[in-house]
Amino acid sequence: MLQVNELSGGYGSGLIVRGVSFSVKKGELFGILGPNGSGKTTLLNMISGLTKPESGTIFVKEKQISTYTPKELARVVAVLPQMTSSQFAYTVKETVSLGRYAHQTGFFKSWTDKDETAVQEAMNQTGTSSFAEKPLSALSGGERQRVFLAQALAQEPEILLLDEPTNHLDLSYQKELLDLLKKMTADGLTVISIFHDLNLSSLYCDRLLLMDKGQIHTIGQPADIMIEQHIHDVYDTDVQKQPHPEVPKPQMSLLPEMSLQAEVDINEDLIERHSDYIAIRPPVPLKSLSSGVIGAGWGWRSAFVNRHVDKNYNMDNFEEEAAAYFLKNGFDLHETVGMMTAVKIEDAAWRKEAQEDVSVFVVATAGVGNAVDVTQPRSSWKENLTPGTINIWVFANGKLSEEAFVQGLMTATEAKVKALADAGVQDPETGTIATGTSTDSMLIAATQRGAYQQFAGSITPLGIAIGRAVYESVTESLQKTARRKGLL
Amino acid sequence: MRKRSTRTFLPNKKTAYAFALVFLFAAGFIGTAVGTIHVPFSHIAAILAHHLFGMSLDLDASIDNIVWKIRFPRVVLAGLIGASLAIAGAAFQGLLRNPLADPYTLGVSSGASVGAVLVLFFHVSIPFLDGFTLPIISVAAAILTIFCVLLFAQTIERSMKLETIILTGIIFSSFLGSFISLMIALTGEELRQIINWLLGSVSMRGWPYVQLMTPFFIAGALMLLYMAPELNAMSFGEEKAKHLGVNVQRKKMMVLIAGSVLTGAAVAVSGTIGFVGLVVPHFVRLLIGPDHRHLLPLSMITGAGFLILADLTARTIISPTELPIGVITSLVGAPVFALILLNKKRKGSVA
Repeated sequence: MLQVNELSGGYGSGLIVRGVSFSVKKGELFGILGPNGSGKTTLLNMISGLTKPESGTIFVKEKQISTYTPKELARVVAVLPQMTSSQFAYTVKETVSLGRYAHQTGFFKSWTDKDETAVQEAMNQTGTSSFAEKPLSALSGGERQRVFLAQALAQEPEILLLDEPTNHLDLSYQKELLDLLKKMTADGLTVISIFHDLNLSSLYCDRLLLMDKGQIHTIGQPADIMIEQHIHDVYDTDVQKQPHPEVPKPQMSLLPEMSLQAEVDINEDLIERHSDYIAIRPPVPLKSLSSGVIGAGWGWRSAFVNRHVDKNYNMDNFEEEAAAYFLKNGFDLHETVGMMTAVKIEDAAWRKEAQEDVSVFVVATAGVGNAVDVTQPRSSWKENLTPGTINIWVFANGKLSEEAFVQGLMTATEAKVKALADAGVQDPETGTIATGTSTDSMLIAATQRGAYQQFAGSITPLGIAIGRAVYESVTESLQKTARRKGLL
Repeated sequence: MRKRSTRTFLPNKKTAYAFALVFLFAAGFIGTAVGTIHVPFSHIAAILAHHLFGMSLDLDASIDNIVWKIRFPRVVLAGLIGASLAIAGAAFQGLLRNPLADPYTLGVSSGASVGAVLVLFFHVSIPFLDGFTLPIISVAAAILTIFCVLLFAQTIERSMKLETIILTGIIFSSFLGSFISLMIALTGEELRQIINWLLGSVSMRGWPYVQLMTPFFIAGALMLLYMAPELNAMSFGEEKAKHLGVNVQRKKMMVLIAGSVLTGAAVAVSGTIGFVGLVVPHFVRLLIGPDHRHLLPLSMITGAGFLILADLTARTIISPTELPIGVITSLVGAPVFALILLNKKRKGSVA
C-alpha cells in the first residue's frame, strides 16, 4: 500500500528525516513513535504530500506520490492533523462536507447522493451527527477532533494518516477512536498514525516504527519495540515494562526520579498485637505478592493483618465477613493484606535475619490441624476442613526484582516444609510427613529501598536470610502451639 | 437603513438572496430617484425600459438625460465598485484566514493610488486615452503591484505561505504610501484634486467608466465565485486544504489575482473607498454563515446596495456640496463594525 525508500527531508536547510525506509501493508494499523523533534511529523508530512522530500521515494499504491494530482491523492490519502482551526463559524455538517471536495468533479461540482451518503456515514461512525448543525466554535476540543476525523473519513480514503489523534480526547473517546480505527483496518483501511502514548500504540498497532533523531531506531511488532532498553535509548528516560493485565501486549510505566529516600527497616518494633489480630503497618507502602483473604496478588500495601478466628469459624462466606471485620478495625481494604488463622495470636513467632546487604523479617503463625502431605494421592481436598493454617509473612528490607519475589516464595516454602519435617508433623490421613496445611498463606513484601536484590534463590544473600528466618519462626510457632495443646 | 432592512432573522439561504436582491433594487431605485430634482419611480422604470428594451418614451428629454446620462450610470458604477470591494474582501478574509483582511491588505490600492496620483501630479495625458489616462494607468499600476508583491513573496519563500504574502503586502503598502505622501507634500494646486481622488468618489464618471470597470468586474467576480469551494477548504488552513485535495498553490494565486484585479479596477475608477470590503462580508457572514458559496454572491449584492446608498448620502446630505464617498462609508462602517465586534464578544462570552 505504502512504500517509503531512503526518504530524507525537512524544512529549510537541515534534514530532519534521514534515510528512512519502510513499507505498510493494506489494512495495517501502523504506529510511528519517537520523542519530540525526532522527525515523526516531518515524515508524516512527506507521506501526505505536504512537504517535498529532499531525496528518496514514496510509493502510494505502487505509484510515485509526486505523480498524483492533489485531488487524486486526496481520494487515496486523508489526513487528520493535530489541530485544525478556522476563524469562521462553519457548522459541523459544512465542515464534514468539505471532505467530499476531491470527489466532486465537473464544472459545477454538484452535490450527489453518494456525497451525502458518505458524509452521513462518516458522521455516524464518529458520533458527530447529533451536533451536525452546530457551529464548530461551540464544540469542545475533543468533539472538534472527531468532526475532523469525520471529514477525513468522508474523503473515503484508502490510507488514513493521523498525527497524535488522541491528543485532545478524554479516556473514553481515545478508546472509541482507536477501536473505530482498528475496526476500519479490518475493513481494509490502512492507518498510519503518530503516537505520543507508548502504551496505547502498543495496545492497538500491528506494527510500530520507533524514530530517533530522524532515523529508524527499531521497526517491528509492539513486542520488538517495547523493550526497556530501546525506550531508554530513544527517550533517555527510565521506564519499566509490564504485561497488560488482559491483552498480551507490553506496557511501559514511567519511573519518576526518586529523591533521596529515608531507609525503612521492617522489624519487630512495628508489630501490633491485639487480642484477636496481629498487624504490621510499615511507614511506607510495601510492594507485595501474597495469597490471603484480602489484598492477594500484586500490589503496594501499607497494612498487614493476621486475624485469629475461632475453630468453628463458618467458612461459607468468609470473604464478606472478613472484609467487614477488617473494615471495622480501621484497615483500608485496598491497602491491606489480610490473612486468617485459628492459631492464637500469642503463638505467633518472628525472626529477623541479616545477610550481607539485605535483611529479612519473618512473622509466622503455625497451626497444623489440617496438615497435608501434598505428595500423597488424595480424592478430594474440601472435606474435613478444620482450621489449622500456617501463615508466613516475609518482609525484605531491600529492592527486589519480580524474579526475586518468586524465588523468595520458593525459598520460603522450602524452609517451611523443612520446619514441618523437622518437627515431625504428620498428615493424619496418610500418616506420612506433612508438607504444609490445606489453607496456608504466604506474603513476600519488600520496601523497594536499599540494595538491589535480583535473586532470592537458596544461596543468594536474600535467599539465605529468608530460609533461616522462615525456618526459625515457623519452628518456634509450631513449638508454641504444641505447648498450648499439651497444656490443654 | 441597511442595518434595519437586513437584520431580520433569515431562516434560509433563499430568503437571504431575496432580501439582498430587494435591498439592491430598492437602493438602485432610490439612488436614481433622489436628488435636487426628484424623479418618481414610474418615470425611472419607463426610462430604463426605453433604453434597455427599446420601449417608447413620452417624458421630458431633460429628465431622461438626468436619469440615463447622470444618475443611472453613477448608481451602476457605485454598485459595481461596492460589489467588487465586498466580494474581494470576503474572498481575502477567507483565504488569509483573517477576519481583519480587506481588499487593500495586499497593497493593491496603494499601487493604484500611486498610479493615479502620479497622473494628477505630473498632469500626464496619454494621447488617445485623454480622460481615461488616470484609470487606465491606475489599473496598470494596481496589476503591476500585485505581481511585484507575489514575486517578492516567492523570492522570500518558494511555497509562498500566506503570512509571507500578508507581510509583503504591508511592506509594499507602506512603501507606496510614502510616495503618495511625498507627492502630496510637493504638490501645490493639485492638492485638493489629489485628496478628493484619494477619498474616493463616483461622481461625474458616466457610462465610459462603467464600461471600463465591467470587464474587470465580470472576470474577477466569476473567478472568485467559481473558487468558493476552494475558499471554504482554504479557510481551514493551507495544509488542511491540501489534504482535502485542493491545489493550494494555484488556487491561492487565482484568488489573489482575481481579488486584486477587482480591487485595482475599483480603486482606479473611484479612489480608495474604505470599509466596504471589510464590513459587508462580516455582516453577511453573521447572517448566513461562512460558507463561501453563499457568502461571496450575497456579499457582492449587499456591497453593491450599500455603496449605492452611501453614494446617495454623500451627494445629498449637505447638498449642493458633495462629500467624498469614502468619508460616508467610514462614518457608517466603523460604528457598524464596532457594534458587530461588541455583539460577537458578548455572544462569545455566553457560549
